Amino acid sequence: METLIGLLVAAPLLGAGVLLTGGKRLDRVGHWIGTLLALLSFVFGAVLFINMLGKAADARTLNSHLFTWVPVGGFQADVGFQLDQLSMTFVLLITGVGTLIHIYSIGYMAHDERRRRFFGYLNLFLAAMLLLVVADNYFLLYAGWEGVGLASYLLIGFWQHKPSAATAAKKAFIVNRVGDIGLSVAIMLMFTTFGSFAFNQVLPQAQQASTTQHATITGIGFMLLLAACGKSAQVPLQSWLGDAMEGPTPVSALIHAATMVTAGVYLITRSGAIFNAAPDAQTAVVTVGAVTLLFGAIVGCAKDDIKKALAGSTMSQIGYMIMAAGLGPIGYVFAIMHLVTHGFFKAGLFLGAGSVMHGMNDEVDMRRYGGLRKYMPVTFVTFGLGYLAIIGFPGLSGFFSKDKIIEAAFAKGGTEGWILGSAALLGAAITAFYMTRVMLMTFFGEQRWQPDAEGHEPHPHESPSSMTIPMIILAFGSVFAGAFFSINSRFVHWLEPVTGHSEGDSPISAGTVTGATMVCLVVGVGIAWLIYGRRPVPAVAPRGSLLTRAARRDLYQDDFNHVVLVRGGEHLTRSLVYLDHSLVDGVVNGTAASVGGLSGRLRKLQNGYVRSYAVSMLGGTAVLVAATLLMRAV
Amino acid sequence: MNPANYLYLSALLFTIGAAGVLIRRNAIVVFMCVELMLNACNLAFVTFSRLHGNLDGQVIAFFTMVVAAAEVVVGLAIIVSIFRSRHSASVDDANLMKL
Repeated sequence: METLIGLLVAAPLLGAGVLLTGGKRLDRVGHWIGTLLALLSFVFGAVLFINMLGKAADARTLNSHLFTWVPVGGFQADVGFQLDQLSMTFVLLITGVGTLIHIYSIGYMAHDERRRRFFGYLNLFLAAMLLLVVADNYFLLYAGWEGVGLASYLLIGFWQHKPSAATAAKKAFIVNRVGDIGLSVAIMLMFTTFGSFAFNQVLPQAQQASTTQHATITGIGFMLLLAACGKSAQVPLQSWLGDAMEGPTPVSALIHAATMVTAGVYLITRSGAIFNAAPDAQTAVVTVGAVTLLFGAIVGCAKDDIKKALAGSTMSQIGYMIMAAGLGPIGYVFAIMHLVTHGFFKAGLFLGAGSVMHGMNDEVDMRRYGGLRKYMPVTFVTFGLGYLAIIGFPGLSGFFSKDKIIEAAFAKGGTEGWILGSAALLGAAITAFYMTRVMLMTFFGEQRWQPDAEGHEPHPHESPSSMTIPMIILAFGSVFAGAFFSINSRFVHWLEPVTGHSEGDSPISAGTVTGATMVCLVVGVGIAWLIYGRRPVPAVAPRGSLLTRAARRDLYQDDFNHVVLVRGGEHLTRSLVYLDHSLVDGVVNGTAASVGGLSGRLRKLQNGYVRSYAVSMLGGTAVLVAATLLMRAV
Repeated sequence: MNPANYLYLSALLFTIGAAGVLIRRNAIVVFMCVELMLNACNLAFVTFSRLHGNLDGQVIAFFTMVVAAAEVVVGLAIIVSIFRSRHSASVDDANLMKL
């Protein structure tokens, strides 16, 4: 069984290797190879899952040590895998949703001449993400972490002929690097503090850390949070996510649902023991989560680009997960549960958006959609189910997972609990608003279609079955996953041995929270209907209020980054260059000049006249004789 | 006779020789002054040999003479070849080695 874990990672990695080095010979079969290997990986995952189900709840962890990667004295980095319930959940999500996205891409990328390469990158993405979640130590996790960053760079910039895509890829990569610094510093701190990277060494030690180590553990927690912010697009490192929409739509679905942004949530949940021992870091995590969930939601309200509206929504939903993960043992399980249900409905929504774009000549502006439900019935239904799931319509998967997070936020207790709970409720209302807006602008209302730049009239049509089937499967997940997980608290019991779980004691009852969530839902949907359902949607965006204009520009995130970081960085480098030129070079050049001047003067002693040399010999001898006599006399 | 007188003479000869080396420009004269200094030393050695009653100083005086003879051979050869190439025996003209 242990070997299967390695094969799980190796299958997509092999696919990436074959597809990226195989050359043009594989152009006609490349997409099948990529899809089959992703599917194979899913099958391995499923076999491991069934095997795991057959064991007792506390004996389900599988360990497999492959080899020692870097053995240097006391520093030992191993390549080893650890598959427990948490990893298993991720493996199934990554390979399952990943395989569906592979199948979808066969149709979506059918006309792209670089399709083989695209599938190679997709496989690389899966392999890196799988490595990240099955690693048994932070060092190997870091390798997967970087692999995910690389694959996302390659995929976001896949249409490299577009300058905007190339820029977006660079932006994603650079912003991610900031987070990566956090992870690498955290790993170094772990090694110096605990003398190991392995989960089964670091985490128990963090739990029993002495008081003198608390400052270090808090530092590790903050660094891990920085890492999570980068990968999961949380404030303040959120700016890359919106631009990442430049990639092909299946990539957006993969990044937002199964891989990449979920890595931050995984990291925090996996490092739960560290955060439990560092309350300050936990407070920072919930703050980041709460701020991001509102930030993303507000941005999502103002975007007219369907993919960017969904990107804002992802940011917001990941904010929910990070917040839940920051709540400690009362939240870990629900963070992961929301992550899984979100994986279903967000992948479904993105694939739906891709299907709409496919039928509308790659138009992304929702103000040029309208009335599409008659032309794309399957897309409409699947997208609609995803929509109902994300806003938390009772009975669908988002309802169960989001409601639990809001309850957990209140259960945090004290003023903090009230603030977090209210933020989560407000977020739920805004989510209902912007998703209803997307839904109404795309599928309802009158037709606002316009010919594209080359004058082709759009002829909306349903997408081929390779695209609709994955959407239908994901829609099933969006509807039933939440209920399936919640019956008998099935998901809680599943993850509890790994993450731990405790029921917080909430100041208000679960029923009240659900009621309040429902009120927020109705208010959000109602307002959206008043604005976008009852009245015709203008084809050109109105100027909008101050907040709308700010949200359209992502709440000035790029302006902020430009003014504070880019300009600030420029000033810093300029002053450093000035310092280098004046101070460092001054000292070096000054030394050289004074040595030069001195030697110029000394050179004059060597005038080439024999008699002057004779004088110095005589003088020297006289001095020596005088000194000798003097020494004698003394 | 007081041996100190020999030493005075030796010091006098040495000083004359040294002054000649420092002041004169003609290579031949400089060379002769060097010989004068060597012989002043010889005189001092012989005097001290007499004063101390052993033969060490006498032996060293012989060595000095041998070395001086060898030096004359080499030195005169150099001076002649410089004179041939530069048409001058002035030591100040032979200053090509300086930077």
